[in-house]
Amino acid sequence: MSFQIKSSGDTYDVIIVGSGAGGGMASKILSEAGLSVAVIEAGGDFDPAKEEDRTQLRPPWESPRRGAGTQIRPFGDFDAAIGGWEIDGEPYTRKGDSEFDWFRSRMVGGRTNHWGRISLRFGPNDFKRASIDGLGDDWPIGYDDVKPYYDKVDKLIGVYGSKEGIYNEPDGFFLPPPKPRLHELYLKKGASSASIPMIPSRLSILTRPINKDRGACFFCRQCNRACQVYADFSAGTCLVHPAMKQGKVDLFTHSMVRKVTTDDSGKATGVSFVNIKDMKEYKLKSSVVVLGASACETSRIMLNSKSKTHPNGIGNSSGVLGHYLHDSTGASRSGIIPDMMGRERYNEDGTGGMHMYTPWWLDNKKLDFARGYHIEYGGGMGQPGYGAGGNMDSMRKYITDEFGKPSPNGGYGEGLKKDIRQIYGSTVGMSGRGESVPRFDNYCEIDPTVVDKFGIPVLRFNYKWTDQEINQAKHMQDTFEEILTGSGAQLLGTKPGADTLYGLAAPGRIIHEVGTARMGNDPKTSVLNSNSQAHDCKNLFVVDAGSFVSQADKNPTWTILALSWRTSDYIVSELKKKNI
Amino acid sequence: MNRRENLKLLFTGTVGTGLLLTGCSPEEQALPENALLAGGTIGGRTEEEKQRDQALLSETFFTDDERKKLSTLVDIIMPKDSESPAATEIGVVDFMEFMMKDQPGNQTRMRGGLMWLDFEADEKFGKAFNELSESEVIQIVDEVAWPDTAKPEYEGGVRWFNMLRNLTCSGYFSTEPGWKYMGYVGNTPNAWDGVPQEVMAKHGFQLEEKYLSIYLKPEDRGTIIQWDDEGNVTG
Repeated sequence: MSFQIKSSGDTYDVIIVGSGAGGGMASKILSEAGLSVAVIEAGGDFDPAKEEDRTQLRPPWESPRRGAGTQIRPFGDFDAAIGGWEIDGEPYTRKGDSEFDWFRSRMVGGRTNHWGRISLRFGPNDFKRASIDGLGDDWPIGYDDVKPYYDKVDKLIGVYGSKEGIYNEPDGFFLPPPKPRLHELYLKKGASSASIPMIPSRLSILTRPINKDRGACFFCRQCNRACQVYADFSAGTCLVHPAMKQGKVDLFTHSMVRKVTTDDSGKATGVSFVNIKDMKEYKLKSSVVVLGASACETSRIMLNSKSKTHPNGIGNSSGVLGHYLHDSTGASRSGIIPDMMGRERYNEDGTGGMHMYTPWWLDNKKLDFARGYHIEYGGGMGQPGYGAGGNMDSMRKYITDEFGKPSPNGGYGEGLKKDIRQIYGSTVGMSGRGESVPRFDNYCEIDPTVVDKFGIPVLRFNYKWTDQEINQAKHMQDTFEEILTGSGAQLLGTKPGADTLYGLAAPGRIIHEVGTARMGNDPKTSVLNSNSQAHDCKNLFVVDAGSFVSQADKNPTWTILALSWRTSDYIVSELKKKNI
Repeated sequence: MNRRENLKLLFTGTVGTGLLLTGCSPEEQALPENALLAGGTIGGRTEEEKQRDQALLSETFFTDDERKKLSTLVDIIMPKDSESPAATEIGVVDFMEFMMKDQPGNQTRMRGGLMWLDFEADEKFGKAFNELSESEVIQIVDEVAWPDTAKPEYEGGVRWFNMLRNLTCSGYFSTEPGWKYMGYVGNTPNAWDGVPQEVMAKHGFQLEEKYLSIYLKPEDRGTIIQWDDEGNVTG
């Protein structure tokens, strides 16, 4: 194959790298403003409404592995997200004994094809953590700056929930929440007995239509498979494809960006990328470059975009690019509720996620860790697939006969079959998702010795949890036991202790990594200004979670969407003023 | 067609795919149609996934002797009864065959367990496992099927049988007869309107008063929502 670089003679107003939450929103807002837009996506196109892309409503027997996960779909054979923790030919490395796992989705819509649709606004405190506890830094913006955009995102995309009036859990424009399922009522009983709030969850699933283009939820509980009537949010179905229909948007799929190109003055001129299908290099030009490739991928592109003007990578005169990488904390526990054994059968699928959740409810001043966590709940009579009837070697003992005699663990035969039917729908689980403290010492950088199959240098991760996160996980475990016990549940497994950092998940596992190109007022300590514009390069913007100064005890997606909209408005206004 | 459209087609359209497929890596090339084996996952597959499923389906892991052992065992774990079929009747051994190739990390453990059966059958009865009577088979199974009471020397066998039990149950309950036995009635489009009243009553629950007015009402599912400026639903 001969090596040649192909250039398009056309110049776009804007090139957007990545088609997930950040890139998708930017493609919609910028194209609606009349700009010509190129969206560069490393994976293929994807539309769950097309029969060939549909995995929704497929029974497990349409998969020879009955829905078990694979390397490219670790969350199940019918999960919509294509990519996974390890992608062949696209490695990443870890320094020393650092742990970090990096989940990537290579497709239009990116990781919005996988997530749990939990759509929480950051609250006023979440932008000003340093002022509250003295750790990390405040954002250069506050809730009031973002609120109008959260409002617009609610109305454009849709989120169900309830108005609660909790200061740091701001309400929005909510669709009606679905009624709780039975296991959620049991868990609520447990939470109440521990004086822990449990309120309707806030998920971007349409319980009612918000426009004529997307249908309403029909309760199949499979949002992770992507909805053929677009009743759940993903960036492809709700942002990129509508933008392509209405505006001047060209989508370049299977295109892996190598670097942002610059002119002699250091200004961005476009991007250089590899077409994965023909393995050739291409260049595209634009007036503005917007990066929305995900916090880590965006910082990788920037670090790899070295030039005479940007010797440490574009936008990295401060040296903080890649630093302050932080993921949410995570820990889990499960239990089994005897009162729910052998229960009545009815269609309990509901929406593709929890119907109730627990927002952070305590004051950290009285605790030995700085930041909070929310709790997500699971359970119910879900679809039996791969894993159904499993673990009877340790769980069968929780089943008792009419005289209260427990079944023996393990076994076989008709009795085992009956016990599996008896236990079905009686297990419950919960997971904490908490805020970690951003640290300069947790970072990703370019590995000087490793490249991917495109010859692009890869990321190396350096990451350690501190006592802040470990103590938080310990608190989670105590809380989980309290709620489970109060629900009438018997605890499954042993309580994770200090030897396992209280079950604290390895960094990256919660897939909320943020902060690698953080915003700030001081160009010496931040990569972006408060509009997510690079301090060092006026026509370069970041619209993914790289810009976050701190991750809250919330999921990041709703804030990515709001900030991307806000930055897109800024780009339009700056272009009009001819400032960029 | 201008240059931009041309370039765009190259990347996204079918025209481009045809052009680009010439001379690229093997996983991009479509299989000849007559070589397609039935049984790969349906829906949303990448070329890489289709190729992998086809490769796995074309390989054979278990020997006839091993399949016979497994057929005996899975029907002991999940036998036929008045309400449901036996495991072998609904393809559980074929499922295991596929899973061994899909998750090769389990191959050695599975094969080791199946070989151990012959050792144990020889020790106890002087025969190969596949020649044992039903009651002789059960005697061996009973050594490894009860984790809490098994003798220490059977610890390895217990772990193997736990895996076998898990795989058997996975393969059994992920089928239409498995769903029917379990009583799973979901995954049919519907409007979730909460737990049925009689179930609520039986478990002693009531919905929280303060949410009654805001919960989704099935009759509103066809109407586009409207809010006032404060986010209150007005229509």
